[in-house]
Amino acid sequence: MASGVKPRVKVPKKAAAGEAVTIKTLISHKMESGQRKDKEGNVIPRSIINRFTCEFNGAMVIDVTMEPAISTNPYIEFEATVPEAGDFKFTWYDDDGSVYDTAKSIKIA
Amino acid sequence: LTVLPYRLSASADDKIAEFTGGADMADSGIELTAPEIAENGNTVPISVNAPGATAIMVLATGNPTPGVATFNFGPGAASQSASTRIRLAGTQDVVAIAKMADGSFAKASAAVKVTIGGCGG
Repeated sequence: MASGVKPRVKVPKKAAAGEAVTIKTLISHKMESGQRKDKEGNVIPRSIINRFTCEFNGAMVIDVTMEPAISTNPYIEFEATVPEAGDFKFTWYDDDGSVYDTAKSIKIA
Repeated sequence: LTVLPYRLSASADDKIAEFTGGADMADSGIELTAPEIAENGNTVPISVNAPGATAIMVLATGNPTPGVATFNFGPGAASQSASTRIRLAGTQDVVAIAKMADGSFAKASAAVKVTIGGCGG
C-alpha cells in the first residue's frame, strides 16, 4: 500500500432539494507513472489509483477510469444533483488492490 | 535524461477506435478547456463538458501512453462535466471524446504548449 494516502473531499453541508452541487475531491497519492527511472536507470514500477467513484444514496454519480497521465495527488471536480438528504460515498481504487473510501452527508436546507 | 519523441502516438488512434467503434465524431456538443501554455507539464488543469453524454474519454496524443481518463456519468450527476489535472510529456494536442446517450460521438481537441515535460523521461 502506498504510504500517506489521505482522501479529502469538499461537499456543501446543505442544499435545496434537487439542487446541483459542486464536489471537489483530492487524494494524496504519488501516482507513479511507470515511465520514470531511478538514479541507476531502472524503471520505477507503476503505482497509481486507477479508478474513482462517487455515489449518492446508492446511485452512481461519476465513475472515473484513471491512467498514468493523471497528476500526482489526483484532483477531480464534478457536479451532483441532491434530490434528498443523504450521504455521498467516495471510493478510490489503488493498483496494489487497496481501496480508500470516505463519506460526506448533506442536509436539505 | 533521454528525450522522448513527441510524435502523434499511433495508439491514440487505437484508443479512439476502441471507444467509438469507428463511428463518426461530431465537432460540436463537447467542450474541452485546457491552457494554451502550461509551464509545468506535471500538472495541467483541464475540464470537459458535454451535455447529454454518458461518458467522456480524454487522451493526451503526445504522451508515451495516450490514455488520461474516462469519466462515466451516472444518474446522480448534475452535469456531464468534470475537471482534473493531468500530466503532459510535451507540447501536444489533448483530445476529448464524448459518447452521447443516443450512441453518437463528439470530439474536441486543444493544443497545449508545455515548457517542462511531465513524464520524467
